[in-house]
This record gives sequence, C-alpha cells and structure tokens, in this order.
Amino acid sequence: MTEAVQAQKDERVKTVSPWRRALIRPELGGICGTILVFLLFGAIAGDSGMFKAEGIMNWTVVSAQFMIIAVGACLLMIAGEFDLSTGSMIGFSGTVMAILSVHMGWPLWAAILFTFGFCMLIGALNGWLVVKTGLPSFIVTLAFLFILRGLTIWGSVYFTRQTIIGGVGEKAQSDWLAPVFGGKILTGFFTWMGEAGWIATFTRGSRAGQPVVDGIPMLVVWALALVILGHLLLTRTRFGNWIFAAGGDAQAARYVGVPVNRVKISMFMFSAFCATVFATCQVMEFGSAAADRGMLKEFEAIICVVIGGALLTGGYGSVIGAALGAVIFGVVQQGLFFANAESSLFRVFLGAILLVAVIMNTYIRRIITGER
Amino acid sequence: MTTPIVEMRNIKKNFGHVIALNGVSFDVKAGECHCLLGDNGAGKSTFIKTMSGVHRPSSGTMVIEGKPVTFESPRDAMGAGIATVYQDLAMIPLMSVVRNFWMGREPEKGIWPFRNLDMKKAEEVTMSEMKKMGINLRGPDQAVGTLSGGERQTVAIARAVYFGAKVLILDEPTSALGVRQTANVLGTIDRVRKQGIGVVFITHNVRHAMAVGDRFTVLNRGQTLGTATKGDVDAARLQDMMAGGQELAELESSLGGTI
Repeated sequence: MTEAVQAQKDERVKTVSPWRRALIRPELGGICGTILVFLLFGAIAGDSGMFKAEGIMNWTVVSAQFMIIAVGACLLMIAGEFDLSTGSMIGFSGTVMAILSVHMGWPLWAAILFTFGFCMLIGALNGWLVVKTGLPSFIVTLAFLFILRGLTIWGSVYFTRQTIIGGVGEKAQSDWLAPVFGGKILTGFFTWMGEAGWIATFTRGSRAGQPVVDGIPMLVVWALALVILGHLLLTRTRFGNWIFAAGGDAQAARYVGVPVNRVKISMFMFSAFCATVFATCQVMEFGSAAADRGMLKEFEAIICVVIGGALLTGGYGSVIGAALGAVIFGVVQQGLFFANAESSLFRVFLGAILLVAVIMNTYIRRIITGER
Repeated sequence: MTTPIVEMRNIKKNFGHVIALNGVSFDVKAGECHCLLGDNGAGKSTFIKTMSGVHRPSSGTMVIEGKPVTFESPRDAMGAGIATVYQDLAMIPLMSVVRNFWMGREPEKGIWPFRNLDMKKAEEVTMSEMKKMGINLRGPDQAVGTLSGGERQTVAIARAVYFGAKVLILDEPTSALGVRQTANVLGTIDRVRKQGIGVVFITHNVRHAMAVGDRFTVLNRGQTLGTATKGDVDAARLQDMMAGGQELAELESSLGGTI
C-alpha cells in the first residue's frame, strides 16, 4: 500500500511559483535596495558629480569600508554570534600599530603583522569566552567594546601623551608591507584614461594634467577580495556548511560531529581580522592613528548584514547580500551629501531601512520554514 | 544466534549525587530491533547518550564486536558505526535537505586550497536515498523546515543508514507523530532492519514497540528489569513493568483498561 502512495506525487505539496522561489533568497532585499538607491540618487543627484569618476570613487571607498567589516560580521552572525567590539577593535589595532612603529621604533611591517596576530588573539579570546561560558556574545563583546576602547585611549596617552599618533606616513614610505594596505593599483590605466579624456584631469596646481582619480585604493581591493573569499567559503566549502550549522542549531550540529566551538572561535578571529584590515588601511591612508576611530562601526556592520538578508538569530544569510548592504549604506551616506540634503537625515534613513529589512527577513524565514 | 554488535555491560552513570543509571545491561544484534522501554525519567535518554558517546559511563564496560571500547565523543561512536537519531533530530530547519543530510561529512573535491563542496554528488545521493525511503522532494534545496515530522525522521534515518551505521539508535521517533506518519516510521525501521542493521528503538509506547520489536528491555528507575523476546511477553505485562506495577494497575482498572 505504501509503495502505491509513494509512487504518485503528494497532492498536498503545493507547486511553488518562480516568483516565490526567487523571493527565497537572502540577497533579494539587498538587490532591490541597491537598484532603488541608484535610481533615487540618479534622479535627485544625477547632475551633482556623484556619478563622475571622482564621485564614484568617493562612494566606492565608503562602501568598501563598510564591506570589509560587514563580511566579518556576516559570517559571524550566520555562525550565530555578534561582535560588538568591532568598532573598538578598529581604534585599538590602529593605535597598537602606530605606537609600535612610531613610538617603539619597530619597522612598520613588523608592527602590522604583530597587530594582526594580537588582534586575532583577542578575537579568539572573545570567542573562547562565549563558547566556554555559554553567555550571549552580545554581553561578552559589549564588555570588550569598553575594555578595548579604554585601553586604546589609555595606551595612546600613556605612550605619546596624545590621542592622535602621527608619523606613520613617513615610516610607510620605505616599507614593503604598507602599500598592500595604503597603495593604489591600476594607476597607469587611470593616467591613460585621463590622457584619453575619459575622466577629468586637474587643470591647475602641482598635479595639473594628472587624472582626478589616480588609481583604485587597496582598501577597495581588500573589500572585494574579502567578499569573494567569504562568499566562496560560505557556499562552496565544508567549513561553510559548518558555519550555517553552528548558527542554525549548535546542539544539532554537535550531534552530527560538527566542531561547533572551533567554528565559532575562528569566526570571532575572522571578525577581528576584518576590523584590523579596516584599521590598517585607514592608518595608511591618513598616516596617523586616532584613539576614537571606528566608533559605532559595529552597529553599521550589523546593519549592512541585516539589510543583506541575514537573520539575527543565525543560520541564514549571504555575504553577497551583506556586500550589497554596504553599497546601499555607502551610496546613501555620500549621496545625501551630493544631493545637498541635511546630513542628519542619514540616520533617519538608516533606522527606517533597518526596520524594513528586519520585517522582510522575518517574512522570508516564514516562507522557508513553512511556519505560519 | 550471532554475537551482538554492541554490548553494554552493567553501565552506571552518576550526575553528582544523582544516580541516573544503576547497572544497565543491554545488547543489540545485527538485523534485529531491540526495543528499550521505560517511563519518563527511567534513564532511557541517559543510557542512549552513553551508548552514542555523549556521556561517559561512571563504570561498566562497552563492547563492540567483541572488543571493549571507550568513546570520548559522539564522533568516536559514529566512527564505530553507532548512529543516533535524536528526538530533536539534529536537523536544522533553515538549511536545505541536502546540506542537512551531509552535515558534518560533506563530500569534497579538488585540491587544497581549491577544495570545495561536491554539491552535484551531494544532491544526487540525497535525492536517490530519499526516494528509496519513499520521500519525494520538491528539489534538493528544499528546506528541512518545510517537511513534516515523519519526513524529518526519515531523512535522519536515511542519513544514518547511508553513512554506514551498523547500529541505529532511535530516540522516541514516534512520540510526536500522527497515526499515518508513525506507520511510515515503523515501516522504515522494518526496512532498515532487513538491511542487517541493528536497531535500538527507544519508546514509551508499548503498541509501537510490539509492532516492530524482536526483543524488549524495560528500564525503570535506572535499572533493567529484564529482557524478553517477542512471543514471550504481551503488551500488558510490558506496560506493568514500565510503570512499576501497582499504581498503574489500580488506575487502569478505574479507567476501564484503556491505557
């Protein structure tokens, strides 16, 4: 009897329309949002230079900044945890780097490598505490938000008597590692585009004849590389499946032998790594470190991730979505400036889009799991 | 008959001052369904968690195919061919059937650092295994959350069988299911048993146990009350042993023999 029942198709399984299938993608909100903001700013700021070379570079760099920390936050959130210490970690790592190289006289490359190692160790400590105590990562990393920010200001004042440490720029001149974070690529291509008249060139001053945009900053390269790597890791590898599993249901994942603790701790370390990449690029760009850098960045990263379709409860999300969230974020922040809008409206927009994204995500989850 | 695949001898387990298991002996042979019966709190869950490597016994020995073993983790138990399908299923509703099916043992291809998931193989195997168990998926990317309770049980069982389980432990697989879904799961147990796998079926429903069981062991207050073979025992006797006799007998007479 059972064989006969199985042979025919279950009449209660409803066929799903292609439209609905397309809806069940974490990136959908991000894709719609991106199209929407480009249309919006194309209409209200199209003639302000926002979409000329210099303007594009302007919002690309801002988006890339958000992207770098959003990738870390995204993978961590899918693994079921938060990192509220990202912003403080940015300030902390920049300051450690600057104190070591400028004040202690270390070569810059050594300072950079040490800072990466040290910050990832703090990330591991974050993760270890969360895994061992079973406390919500919200609380543990909130503690580190304050601990790291406090240490940053204290260390900066203790060693240099000021909260902004300059002089990194000079050290970067002859360093081999610094250009990996502060350099630009494709400069020849941009010069050629300037000469060919594709993009505007300076008409006066010491840089006359050079293009207004002289290359792609390494920051942007890092952002794209991290997004691609993160996406491949998440969707195409065994470890990626473990990230989903750890966030979806840690206990269930443990039962089938997924090393949940290792996955979570390594994601905390990755989040710290992303924050350090962000900080290093910024320090190289400005030639200085400041103790107050990275304020509120943790929330901005989380907002990018949520706009990108990840669930706050973990187990579901997309790196591509988070990257699109970062683009939306960057375009709107800079676009309001180009459109001469009141910049405080940015926050209004932020809150509103966050709310819409979360409501939409809840709806999408209901479709996936078939809850009512 | 043949020697047991797994034999648990005089297993004791304490949690602090609480004695959860006080000398439990149990074994399972290839191709049989051995039912472990017991009321809530009898120690069924603790016992199977010991068997599947989640807990370590305080004392007692565990023998697999004649060799004594100790499990440090569930991974060890799985390596030895003991697979457990838990009450809460170890399934993640938000993830697709394929990703759940392979969770923890994802197939890979390519050479490091380009090693990646072999999704094609994963999807093909999952679809064919599901078909064998009588479940038609809409597609391999269908989320487990959309499946019914019985279907989820079947996915979990199919997963354990595919990964070479010699002993399959089912922790109350029918307790939350409707009549027809229960019948499906019992049918699956029968199918699995015929493949030569030893099934440990934990339940507190005597009727479900009688339907598929070859042997029955009753657990009460952390101790085994004995093992009976099919035909030697009837449902009423098992029911009595589970409840510890007396009180239930009284209650049953007042309810007119409906329990």
